[in-house]
Amino acid sequence: MTIAVFIIFAVTVLAVSTYTSRRSRGVGGYFAANNSIPWGVNGIAFAGSYLSVASFLGICGLIAFHGFDGFLYSIGFLAGWVIALFVIAEPMKRMGTFTFPDALNRNFKSPGIHLAAGFSVLVVSLFYLVPQMVGAGVLIEPLLGIPHYWGVIIIGGIVILIVAGGGMTSTSYVQFFNGGLLLIFAVILAIAVLVRGVSIYPQHTEEGIEGLEQYRYEMVSVKFDGDNIRLNDDDMPGAKITGKHSFYDRYTGEENLVLYRISRRIPAISGDRATYTAFIKGRTPYLPASSEYENYWNIEEADGEMFIRIQDWWRLLYDRGGEPYLLEAQSRTVMPHGGILVNGVPEGPANRLRQMGGVSQLPEAYGESSGPIGPLRLLSMFSDSSTVTQLPKSAVFTTANGAHTTVHYTEPVSGDVFMRPGLRFPLEKKEGEPPLTTLLNRLNFISLMLALFLGTAALPHILIRYYTVPDVAAARKSTIVAIAGIGLFYVTTMYLGIGALASGALNPATSNMSAPLLARSFGEILFAMISGIAFTTVLATVSGLIMASAGAVAHDIIGSLVKKEISDKAKIRAGRITSVVVGILGIILGIAFRGMNVSFLVGWAFAVAASANLPALILMLFWKRTTAKGIIASILVGVVSSVGLILLSPDMWSRYGFDAAAAPMPLNQPGIISIPLSFAVLIIVSLMTQKNEAASSPA
Amino acid sequence: MIPTAEKACPEKRKIKNGVILTILYSIIYAGFVTVSVFRPEWMGINTVLGLNLAVAYGLGLIGVAVLLAVIYNYLCRVPREETIPAIEAKPESDQ
Repeated sequence: MTIAVFIIFAVTVLAVSTYTSRRSRGVGGYFAANNSIPWGVNGIAFAGSYLSVASFLGICGLIAFHGFDGFLYSIGFLAGWVIALFVIAEPMKRMGTFTFPDALNRNFKSPGIHLAAGFSVLVVSLFYLVPQMVGAGVLIEPLLGIPHYWGVIIIGGIVILIVAGGGMTSTSYVQFFNGGLLLIFAVILAIAVLVRGVSIYPQHTEEGIEGLEQYRYEMVSVKFDGDNIRLNDDDMPGAKITGKHSFYDRYTGEENLVLYRISRRIPAISGDRATYTAFIKGRTPYLPASSEYENYWNIEEADGEMFIRIQDWWRLLYDRGGEPYLLEAQSRTVMPHGGILVNGVPEGPANRLRQMGGVSQLPEAYGESSGPIGPLRLLSMFSDSSTVTQLPKSAVFTTANGAHTTVHYTEPVSGDVFMRPGLRFPLEKKEGEPPLTTLLNRLNFISLMLALFLGTAALPHILIRYYTVPDVAAARKSTIVAIAGIGLFYVTTMYLGIGALASGALNPATSNMSAPLLARSFGEILFAMISGIAFTTVLATVSGLIMASAGAVAHDIIGSLVKKEISDKAKIRAGRITSVVVGILGIILGIAFRGMNVSFLVGWAFAVAASANLPALILMLFWKRTTAKGIIASILVGVVSSVGLILLSPDMWSRYGFDAAAAPMPLNQPGIISIPLSFAVLIIVSLMTQKNEAASSPA
Repeated sequence: MIPTAEKACPEKRKIKNGVILTILYSIIYAGFVTVSVFRPEWMGINTVLGLNLAVAYGLGLIGVAVLLAVIYNYLCRVPREETIPAIEAKPESDQ
């Protein structure tokens, strides 16, 4: 069913693209759609190209897992449009021509600028392309049941066809189609969330939908016996503690996470051919009577009944009265000899990590379930201090016998903390934390908000859309349509994120699946549609990026390197070849960066764009003494510093396999350093090269 | 002959409007960042309609952006007849 809807969407998109591609002719047509797109359509296409997989999947996932900090991305992404509309739009349109480097070059006629700007567009496009391709794979993998890299290849292949075949016009209409659909379904899903309301019990429409196991994790009270804990025999007969692992706070040295491994027995149900199953965390995987994993799980008999004995991990917590209890968690263990256990028994199609999340307590007035609830009420209920959300967290360690274990546990977080900034980008000083760390955390937050705010206007695939509208007035109107549409979408992300968490349908291994899983909790049809839309979203974004790269290479880099005049035909061909090459590069990187957080990656793309492109754009428009050399220097410094700082950041350091704390660059967000640096370089170099250039004010 | 709209709304004024609105918005945005960094506990305070400051301010930033966009367009309306050619070099095209 899902596959059918999927295919319908893909075919429609391709049909629209092929049809509209026949209408694009010549260089002007290929790159800038002959300026023939009406402003309303263009506005929604703006939205469609801007609302990438990162917005749609990533932010919803970030909010579901980290609360308000995910919404920071929504705010920043949208706020950036202010600069795009009020400062950049009008002057850019007036200057005309095909690409962003051309606009920069309007007054300077310097091949150096063409080259530098083209290079910058290429780098930023690649940075933005990678999270889209990663997202494509993450999306397709569970939907169609094919491996991640196939998903990336399929999407990459289709986009290359669209772009190399039809160029800009087809891309615009693809994006219009997508933008409209995205908005509509986001709103529908948000309304569905409101109608369902929030309950302390996991929610789904029908029982027994395959893959939609939702299970309420158990709690058992325990008693301390000196340093050890003891289980209550009534709660779990025949259970015993077989392991413990603690994590300690970096600054105070206190235990802040304590996990216990419990060996316990669960009533078994016999199946055919000497197999048994049991109800393990909401699933009933069939297990053979004899097992090579005898040290880990087995079948035993007690009091004339059959049981399956498993070992699973639980977390130690304290209730409001200060009494200790254990909260059931999930685990995935890779054993020394290579086998994998999930929740104590072998991993398999019937036994994978279960979905998590949910709300364990609501304010007294709501009792156990809120029922249908209004939009403002939902937000205020969720920010109430007596609401308790269950956020999925994970801890990784290796046990004494060499088993590499990831425990997925829940962190109870009260509503008022959840609905405030600080869960993902810490702001408040933790006990015992050195002042430098607090300062760096806050700088990191500022750096992120700065990069998001300044990056929008500088994104190459946004800029290129300024040139596809007939005139200046239309350009402005289309941006207003875009802002209104995008603003509406981002408001809904708040509800989608909350809804995903409340429905208890989060995949603990990846936050990117939160939005589709939320849709699935309402039913398969909605799930298929949302997945189809995410699919077209990726197509739209990726095709826009490849177009920008094609323009940069064909028009600017090659145009400025080769002395002779190049024929239009050759330019188009160069554009097409670039599309294919960049597309293939995107596929390779998308596979290579599998598992990386998509929104985080996009934040980086924004930082690079803001550092490389924006200072040049703004100063050229508003400062008469800007010189060509200044622009070239600023762009190059912007690209190199932002990319360099990213490659030296703690996140990348742990990606390479080293200790994040040893990274040369202490911040994860480079913006606060690279953006002012690029501005400064532009100003200084311009002042130094005043005599050499005939600097003139912008047209 | 200069269209009447051009007289009423010369480019300089359009750009000035844009910059003023941007500075205004930047101040509001900076306010959000400043409160978050220096007084994060304020973000939990209850404000209007049962929303805490974080949510109200965040939604407000989104709403104000859209509002400013509409205001900007209203301040300097350009009638449809004003057509400033965007592309100077017309490409060869066999239409």
